[in-house]
Amino acid sequence: MRRWLTFAWIAALRFLGEGRMQTGFILGGIAIGVAVIVFMSAMLTSVQTNFTNRVLTSQPQIELQPPDEVARPLRQEEGVIEAAIVQRPTQRVLSVDQWQTILTRMRARSDIVVATPSVSGSALAVRGDASRSIGVVGIEPDDYFRIVRLPDYIIAGEPSLGTDDILVGIDLANDLGATVGDKLNVTTGTGGSRILTIRGIFDLGSKGANERNTYVQLRTAQSLLNLIGGVTGIDLTVNDVYAAETIAQDIGAVLPVKAQSWIMTNAQFFTAIWAQTLSSLLIRIFVGLSVAFGIAAVLVVSVLQRSKDIGILRAMGSSRGKILRVFLIQGGILGFLGSLAGSALGGVALLIWHLYARQANGAELFPMIVEPSLFVTSALLATLTGVLAGMVPALRAARLDPVEAIRG
Amino acid sequence: MADLLVLDGIRKSYNVGTPIETEVLHGIDLAMKAGEFVALMGPSGCGKSTLLNIIGLLDRPTSGRLLIQGEDTTSLPESALTSLRGHAIGFVFQYHHLISAFTARENVIMPMLVDRGRPDGEMERRADELLDRVGLIKWRDTRALNMSGGQQQRIAVARALAMNPFLVLADEPTGNLDTASAQGVFELMRRFNLERGTTFLIVTHNHDLAAQCDRIIELVDGRLTGDRRNSAIRNAAESG
Ligand SMILES: Nc1ncnc2c1ncn2[C@@H]1O[C@H](COP(=O)(O)OP(=O)(O)OP(=O)(O)O)[C@@H](O)[C@H]1O
Ligand SMILES: [Mg+2]
Repeated sequence: MRRWLTFAWIAALRFLGEGRMQTGFILGGIAIGVAVIVFMSAMLTSVQTNFTNRVLTSQPQIELQPPDEVARPLRQEEGVIEAAIVQRPTQRVLSVDQWQTILTRMRARSDIVVATPSVSGSALAVRGDASRSIGVVGIEPDDYFRIVRLPDYIIAGEPSLGTDDILVGIDLANDLGATVGDKLNVTTGTGGSRILTIRGIFDLGSKGANERNTYVQLRTAQSLLNLIGGVTGIDLTVNDVYAAETIAQDIGAVLPVKAQSWIMTNAQFFTAIWAQTLSSLLIRIFVGLSVAFGIAAVLVVSVLQRSKDIGILRAMGSSRGKILRVFLIQGGILGFLGSLAGSALGGVALLIWHLYARQANGAELFPMIVEPSLFVTSALLATLTGVLAGMVPALRAARLDPVEAIRG
Repeated sequence: MADLLVLDGIRKSYNVGTPIETEVLHGIDLAMKAGEFVALMGPSGCGKSTLLNIIGLLDRPTSGRLLIQGEDTTSLPESALTSLRGHAIGFVFQYHHLISAFTARENVIMPMLVDRGRPDGEMERRADELLDRVGLIKWRDTRALNMSGGQQQRIAVARALAMNPFLVLADEPTGNLDTASAQGVFELMRRFNLERGTTFLIVTHNHDLAAQCDRIIELVDGRLTGDRRNSAIRNAAESG
């Protein structure tokens, strides 16, 4: 008997120890349940975090653009619309009105970290016989690289831009058979044309982006797209990435611009995450319930088996409260130990998965993110579940009539 | 000397308020003095266990009063009865004597542990002393379920005395034992009675054992039908 333990703990531990088989089986059951939850949660968090990180470092969190051009229906008189079918006009490359003023106001806001202008349009890249249509983005590298971490994605050359330089994606470079130092002829529909030198090649992790995205200096893009002195957008990053949508709406309401947050542009991803989160929550609830039922079942049997012991303890002067505690503690211990075993099992499963689930080239699918708080939370929840599950059997034990228990 | 125990018109009915309501004890009046060693005899089903459970505060009478050391227990709340039971009364039962998950010594410690919460050296010393007195000190670390019925019952007697109660209630403590073991357990109780002045009330069907008690009470169909004292027995036991 451990001197520092109280009666209820001593009895609880002994009873669990004596019913080794039952205890072992239920611990196995709890461990499997907890392992499933740990594995699933860690996977979900990892996928989510990795995607979010990638998105947040490869595109602005908020983009400000000129408002859409809309055709106004012809009105003959008040309330009577003559042309009922309104065609959407083609969207020209337009500069943001008053962009310097807007930029200054953006930079003055405390919830915005970086604001930088950009010019984008489409062009044709030609090298020898090969040509590809591309999107040209003109940027001020120092600020822009704080929004899109292009330097992190550079795989050849360097992320610096002179007036005649261009950064291209790996797939475009391959298609054109070009490498760092080679020259491209870039022409646009508005007649602009420049010979640009490839200074760096990046890999943004998506084929679409690697084929189409190219980056040049703001001025270079302005001259190519015939937009001297104008910009097509202002890119922002904010303090709280999840507040981006609210901030975007706020900006759109007060300024004559269209503000789009990364949350809107990645709506599909968020829908998918939401669906996954919901299904994982449901799985957790049902695993939790089955664990609870398992614990309750084992303890109900234990109460039946020990009813004479309980009667004797009551005859010795144990109060109902003490008997109640003996069985609640058993529930808690089962939940706690089960969750420890389950956390270990889940951790091992994650390791194995991380070792064997690989991309074709042997690189990891995505970095695994396992937060210690996951284990702490599951241990706490499992312990609580155990105590709650022990409630019914414990009450049954406490209510036992000692006379019946001893005679029976 | 004041009576340790007074039963005043104790009645007990089972299934009260139902068509099968039956009265098992029909008004028991009884007084016991401190230090008495009493046998309770009677045919099966006459209400001996029922009476013992009421005296042991495990059950409440339907009517009548039970005074322990002059205090009326009938109106005490359950928590007070539980506490009084733990401190003042020891039990020895016929079956399922010990808690099988614990060792001999732990079983003896158990009533003290229930009372005081945490184990300490004092409890262990007291348990060892009692185990020594019942001749089982060598078995103190043996799990209860690995011992013979006679050994278990001796440990149960040691356990009943752990809290130094003034009353020990034994319901057919030797009912399950062979003659020699029964005699051994009985003598053990007698010895504690003589040495410590602990009062014993023992239910038994065994006339030889009852004859060694200094008072024999007879219960038939829920009524006391006999109450004999035998001072010669006591003198013999004391000198023997
Ligand atoms: N919980 C109960 N409900 C209904 N009847 C009961 C209950 N407990 C005991 N009885 C009845 O009360 C009567 C007395 O029972 P009790 O156990 O006190 O007898 P006893 O003298 O101890 O018998 P034995 O010598 O067989 O142990 C019996 O007829 C029994 O059937
Ligand atoms: Mg009986």
